[in-house]
Formats: sequence, C-alpha cells, structure tokens
Amino acid sequence: MRAEGGARHEWLDDDAGPVVRPYTLTGGRVRSAVDGFDLVAHVLAERDADPAAHPDLHPEHRRLVALAARPVPVAELAAELDLAVGVVRVLLGDLVDRGLVTVHQPPAGPYLPDNDILKAVVSGLRAL
Amino acid sequence: MDSVRSDLAGTGARIPIALKILIAGGFGAGKTTLVSALSEVRPLQTEEVLTGAGIGTDDLSGVETKSTTTVAMDFGRITINDDLQVYLFGTPGQDRFWFLWDELAFGALGAVVLADTRRLADCFPSIDYFEQRGIPFVVGVNCFDGARRFNLETVRQALDLDPDVPLLLCDARDRQSGKQVLIALVEHVARQRGEPVPAA
Repeated sequence: MRAEGGARHEWLDDDAGPVVRPYTLTGGRVRSAVDGFDLVAHVLAERDADPAAHPDLHPEHRRLVALAARPVPVAELAAELDLAVGVVRVLLGDLVDRGLVTVHQPPAGPYLPDNDILKAVVSGLRAL
Repeated sequence: MDSVRSDLAGTGARIPIALKILIAGGFGAGKTTLVSALSEVRPLQTEEVLTGAGIGTDDLSGVETKSTTTVAMDFGRITINDDLQVYLFGTPGQDRFWFLWDELAFGALGAVVLADTRRLADCFPSIDYFEQRGIPFVVGVNCFDGARRFNLETVRQALDLDPDVPLLLCDARDRQSGKQVLIALVEHVARQRGEPVPAA
C-alpha cells in the first residue's frame, strides 16, 4: 500500500492519518521547554492564571488554560483540542514558562502502585 | 511523588493517581471496541505526529513546512474514585508504529492483548513486546458474533503462553465482559507481587 503519485513517503499510505502540518502552531518548535510530559500527567491552571495578560499566546493556549481549571491529563487535552500530543506538549511548555499552569508528572520509572491501590482498582471495577 | 496525591496548596484541587493500561493486539482484534465499551467518556482519540525528519532528532528546523502524518491512539477513562483513575490506551495497530509503544508503555500498570482466533498470529508481536519488557499482561480471546468458542487450552498452546499468564474469553463489545478482563489483569499484577487481591 503506497501513496499514489507524487513523492513517495515511507509513512504515507492508506493506513496513515491525514497529511497535516501540525507544528505550524508552535512555530516549528517540536521540543517542549519542559521535557516530556507523560500522557497521563495532570495539568492544572494556576488559580490566578490570566492568559489575557500574555498577548503573544494563541487561542489554543487560552483554551488549554480554561480546560485545566480542573486537573486534566495531557492526553485528554490533546483530544479536546484535536491536536497531536507533541503539539500540546510544546504549548503546555509555553504555559509553564509563563507560570499559567503546573504539570504534575506521575511517578517516574516503572511505577508500582501499592497493594491498597490495586485492591481499590479491583473493587472499583467490580462495582462498575 | 508527594504532589500526586496531596492537596495542592491554595487551589483546593487534588491530583488523582492515574494508572495506565494498554490495550494491544493485532489490527482489527477489537481494541477500539474494547476501549469504547469500558470508557466512561465518549471514545477519545489522541494523536502522535510522525515526521520524515525522524523522532528524537533535536534540530528539526523547518519542520513546520514539512508534511507529516499522525497516528491515532484511542483512549478511555474509568474513574475508580476521586483520587484514582484508570486510563486505557489502545496501541496503534500497525507494526511500524511500534516506536510509539515505548512511550505508551512507560509506567504502565500492564496490558491486555486481544486475540482474534481467526488471525491468532496477529497478536504474537504484542505478546513478545510485553514479555521482553517484563510488562504484566493478560490475553483476552475476543469472541466475535458467530465465532465458535475455542478451547482455551488449545489457544494457550498456539500462543505458547507461560502457564501463569491469564487467558480468558471475552466480548470486546460488552462492558461487563471487558471489565472481567481488566480485573484479571490487576489481579495478575497483584499476584506477581506475591500479594494477591482477595476474591470478592
């Protein structure tokens, strides 16, 4: 299955998603100022966050701040904004730099939740 | 990490513990269906971007004008309580997108491998992946409509599964059935630690 016509590209075919230019929004930046937010890292806006005081921010930045009024994981923000996770990470880095949000990373490394947590998950699932 | 569970000074907000569970298996094995059946929120998709320049390269100047493509990953959420959430991530079905798995698998509690008995071999790579990385997993044999019930022992032999890896029949469309698969996984994780979860 190959993309038809034009320059062939190893990633582009029927199984791949639409061709996009997602990093236009970040001005070409692909690295977040703050490294690698996990997909389930929770983002929380500072209570007095005022994105309006930062006229250089995009509307997407403002939406992120609004959505993070409660703790929201990175993956959910990306889905809400319909943006790729990599793009959202860069935008979140901008917001962290300006002190508008904090990102709470889950514990690093292979995370071993304690046994009480596993019990709580099992009983929670049984109750569904 | 202290901040994970603590009240955040001044905000009154609590950051829940988020557990990641991966839903893997071959293309068309029912991953999206299972995530949808279990998630309390509408099925969500998140995307990772693939660039021709290559992931992990620091200098991607000019990338904003390059054409790229994205790979969609399904995800869903199950809230256990105010402090505890389970996130389900469907892995990209195409083998060549496997470099995305490492990020998904990082810190994951474990994985569900969905097997389709019509194409059993499709789930071998998933099983290899989790075995090699020591990530606990269970195998759910997705029983599609009209598919005949398979003898689990035959499937276990065909998959060359370790005897302690749970293997169960399931219906990816059915929430209760999917729930049993997740419970089997969490119980498996607890057993591996030598602290089994008591039966209900």
